Amino acid sequence: MIGTISYLVFFATTASILAIAVLGLNLQWGNTGLFNGGVVAFFGAGAYGTLILGGTPQDGHLGGYGLFYPLALLGGMIAAGLMAWVVGLLTLRLRHDYLAIATFGVAVAFENLMRNAEWLAGGAKGVRGFERPLRDALGDGFLYNIAFFFTVLIILIAVYLFLERLVASPFGRLLRAIREDEEAAASLGKTPSRIRLTAFITGSVILGLAGGLYGTFYAFVSPQDVLPTLTFQIWAMLIVGGAGNNRGAVFGAFLIWGAWTASGWALSRFAPIEAQLYTGSMQFVLIGVVIVGMLMWRPQGLLPERLVVSQRGSKE
Amino acid sequence: MIQNLIDGVLTGSYLSLGAIGLTLVMHILRFANFSHAELLSLGAYAALVFDALVTALVPVLAAKLGPLSLTYALLIAILISMVLTGISAVLIDRLVFKRVREKGWELSMVFASFGMALIIRNVIGLIFGLSPELYSKDIAFAMILSRDPLILVKPDQVFVLIAALALMFVLHLILSRTTFGYALRAVAENPSLAQVNGVNLARTVTAVWLIGGGLAAVAGVFYGLSHQVIPVMGRDLVLPIFAATIVGGIGSVYGAVLGGFIVGIAGNLALVVLPSGYTPSIPFMLILIVLMIRPHGLFGEARA
Repeated sequence: MIGTISYLVFFATTASILAIAVLGLNLQWGNTGLFNGGVVAFFGAGAYGTLILGGTPQDGHLGGYGLFYPLALLGGMIAAGLMAWVVGLLTLRLRHDYLAIATFGVAVAFENLMRNAEWLAGGAKGVRGFERPLRDALGDGFLYNIAFFFTVLIILIAVYLFLERLVASPFGRLLRAIREDEEAAASLGKTPSRIRLTAFITGSVILGLAGGLYGTFYAFVSPQDVLPTLTFQIWAMLIVGGAGNNRGAVFGAFLIWGAWTASGWALSRFAPIEAQLYTGSMQFVLIGVVIVGMLMWRPQGLLPERLVVSQRGSKE
Repeated sequence: MIQNLIDGVLTGSYLSLGAIGLTLVMHILRFANFSHAELLSLGAYAALVFDALVTALVPVLAAKLGPLSLTYALLIAILISMVLTGISAVLIDRLVFKRVREKGWELSMVFASFGMALIIRNVIGLIFGLSPELYSKDIAFAMILSRDPLILVKPDQVFVLIAALALMFVLHLILSRTTFGYALRAVAENPSLAQVNGVNLARTVTAVWLIGGGLAAVAGVFYGLSHQVIPVMGRDLVLPIFAATIVGGIGSVYGAVLGGFIVGIAGNLALVVLPSGYTPSIPFMLILIVLMIRPHGLFGEARA
């Protein structure tokens, strides 16, 4: 019984962290139409940033500044934001392909750097020596996990409310205007490239927050955590849930993470021994089919974007 | 250093072939096709299958061409693979990209191409296994061009370079001398205006996929000859090929050729100063440099 509950808490914590990431991507893709091909790099910047800033001193690599936890998390978010700023500044003036390719490139280079630069973040061994906050008070067991889950849940709700506010605000209207017709927005005196940059950085900071929480949860991060797989998973969550709809983004995160864990479990349980090596390939084919299938048959997702009418005309 | 330069030129020859098809698709259909590199693996594996098939049916063809490790059978297999990969590219477009395009979700094409890349790469892995394959089990001995400094070139590499340059020259003739070439450029310039002037848009799109797929197949086989054939080769090639198109300027065929060589040479020259582990990051560094200095690439023009 306690085993099941403790697994459910573990599952819900991971799904909630991913839901925060999907919300960040939704601001970029769903609301602004910016294609982020390197979700995992911004997520990873948050995780690495938080652990390096908040960890205990380590031999051989950067880190161990032992910062007060919220500051370390903030540092991780800033790292993700800075990376988004550089990439966005270079690409957002150009046609949309450039952002897709450059963000994809960031993810490849980020993983490559983390894997090779031992002086920076421990290389393939990853960043160790991070102590989870409040561990002395709550211990390492079930109590800690419950407390951590509720913290993540509160952050998820806060991010959700913030984004709902943002989307409903004049700024949100501006994002949709740029997504639908850039020239029309420009003709009204708006600067699409600057607004897009703001949205791209904000979304990436949220991705960094999710990454920071992920790193905290495992108290460890290595190049294995920043593989392109995560990018595909987070996209699938957004597309299935419904791009442009924050509720859809959260729903998609829980649904796809559930399906991913269940399919992984089922394949390892029921697939013949010879096929075990290929379970990863099968899961990738499935996620590819989900992405392509949704785009072809239900591009608006399970919970479509709701039409926002800012000001209704008076009825005659 | 000179060895790195030579290796870079040889890497560049298959990157260029891959980039030509990609830049054409990006120019005409206006989307970054992340599944283009998977056409290279598709072509490489198709050649592997038909090489074995032709050798089994007509054992005489297993003879090697002069000093090359390449056999007559593989040469025939490459031609078959070009046709098959071209047709596959057309089919993928018909089944997936065309439908997404017609719904007016142009931005979603990028997503669809990512999904297709995942599907193709992993289905290949499921069919052929995850371990690498080779076209020839024999050890190809390198020719020693000079002993001090030591410079080695394999006969296969010379063949790859010459064949790649020949293919590019043929493509150049087609694009600059035939009505089809003009039609292609007209469609890229302005699709509606081209249609008004009697250019069949659907047929042009099909032709672009056929050319892109065919060249990708050759690029894939050449990659396999220089390295090995492995299901994840598309994953490792996608960024260098994209970098080649950006360096050359999206839409420019000549830019893609030059870009391919620049990316290939830069990647190999980087080995002089950086540990080899960092090689996968080099294309990204090039992309950043180009975007900072000349955002539209060497031959590209600004286009919304």
